[in-house]
Amino acid sequence: MKYLHAIGSYFLMIGNVFYKPTKWSITKNLILKEVEDLIYGSLGIVIFISFFIGGVVAIQTALNIDNPLIPKYLVGFATRQSVILEFGPTFTSIIMAGKMGSYITSSIGTMRVTEQIDALEVMGINPLNYLVLPKIVALMLYPFMVATSMFLGILGGWAASVYGGYTNSADFIQGVQSNLIPFHITYAFIKTIVFAFILATIPSYHGYYMKGGALEVGKASTTSFVWTSIVIILLNYFITQLLLG
Amino acid sequence: MITVENLHKSFGESHILKGVSTTFESGKTNLIIGQSGSGKTVFLKSLLGLFTPEQGTIYYNNQPYSQMTADERIELRQKMGMVFQGSALFDSMTVEENVMFPLKMFTNQSRSEMQDRVDFVLKRVNLVDAHNKLPAEISGGMQKRVAIARAIANKPKYLFCDEPNSGLDPKTAIVIDNLIHEITNEYNITTVINTHDMNSVMEIGEKIVFLSKGLKEWEGSNKEIFKTDNEAVTDFVYSSELFKKVRQMYIEERD
Ligand SMILES: Nc1ncnc2c1ncn2[C@@H]1O[C@H](COP(=O)(O)OP(=O)(O)OP(=O)(O)O)[C@@H](O)[C@H]1O
Ligand SMILES: [Mg+2]
Repeated sequence: MKYLHAIGSYFLMIGNVFYKPTKWSITKNLILKEVEDLIYGSLGIVIFISFFIGGVVAIQTALNIDNPLIPKYLVGFATRQSVILEFGPTFTSIIMAGKMGSYITSSIGTMRVTEQIDALEVMGINPLNYLVLPKIVALMLYPFMVATSMFLGILGGWAASVYGGYTNSADFIQGVQSNLIPFHITYAFIKTIVFAFILATIPSYHGYYMKGGALEVGKASTTSFVWTSIVIILLNYFITQLLLG
Repeated sequence: MITVENLHKSFGESHILKGVSTTFESGKTNLIIGQSGSGKTVFLKSLLGLFTPEQGTIYYNNQPYSQMTADERIELRQKMGMVFQGSALFDSMTVEENVMFPLKMFTNQSRSEMQDRVDFVLKRVNLVDAHNKLPAEISGGMQKRVAIARAIANKPKYLFCDEPNSGLDPKTAIVIDNLIHEITNEYNITTVINTHDMNSVMEIGEKIVFLSKGLKEWEGSNKEIFKTDNEAVTDFVYSSELFKKVRQMYIEERD
């Protein structure tokens, strides 16, 4: 019952985000600020994690194929597949549910607790449009971040395989280029766009509707992370079943 | 003009407002007084529509708030200025940006017109050297004054202040009181102020509503509050020795 109510008010919130838009000249600046905070501010960690996880994926694959009948280029192939299909879109999104999500929940939650949201409302501004829409728009750049993650994941795989002595560069690159199904890329980016929307809205929901004081802001961030991750994992399952199953 | 009729508001089991009725005329400074926890903030937020009352009606110029369309409410709110008890400044913006915010939002003024207005109102609240500071970098009393400047920047028709001079030194408190009183008369604003400050009550209380235990215990002007025999009011107003003496002198003078 409680969950049904939450789901209902989440969708009502989404509806309200697009109602009574704020002046464009103001929204534009808010979007730029969100791009800086959410996208630019998270690039470093995404680059770092992607490179090393890509490396680990390649090493694991290489260590698991000791059968001489399996071609050497498989390492590159397997790295590309896991990085593009899952690691890039899903794993990065889970990490971002922690990084961006807690930032969004705590910043909106703090505004709630300190009555800044009430202040917006009293001025005749639609706070949901003012606060949430710029985040949704900024996160439309999220696919670029995921693309960066994919590229660096494969690069990390290449570096680990070549410098770790598991394959040579030519084999790895051959693997990366072989049997590429274009629809897999489409699938990965469809997921990414859905996750971007989830990353912007679920943490906003938890911040916007929180009650209490500073302590609750911390709790709301944690709850927000848990729910954002759960929804991403579930949607990942359904989208995969729908598009690839 | 704002008319409140039989306003009820509860949170779960606790009944905070138990049927308050009163009128706030325009061009007058209306004060709400009452003990801490008596429901002043809840009352003010109910007027603004931030809390939905369970029962009762609030009329803005004889139009019931509950029956306004969403667009009418937004239009009404653009004519409101509110100073929250905790200031509620936007903490990612500088002092100047905070005050300019309603101007940017709702007017088409040029940058320099807005700048002039911001300088003007900041000067009126006695803040001249904090333009580029963030709210976290200024004192509580300064924050309060920025909040007042923000509330009056766009020349509101309704001004609500929740304890505008708590946290201010007595001298600045008087400056703020006089400012609110002046602009109220000058622009015919409907002003409602929550306060604990007995000096404000005496100086600018053109209409005073005393809330106690969720009800309106007394209402009248600052002249009448001297004379009232209502014990709850005199207990509250004359809880300080100084005011007791003032009252004694006043009564002696009169007799
Ligand atoms: N959002 C809320 N949820 C539950 N109870 C609330 C809420 N807001 C206020 N109350 C309760 O309403 C009562 C009145 O609170 P209110 O803030 O209006 O007092 P006040 O008269 O403004 O006091 P003060 O002078 O200290 O500001 C308090 O008992 C408070 O606990
Ligand atoms: Mg209060």
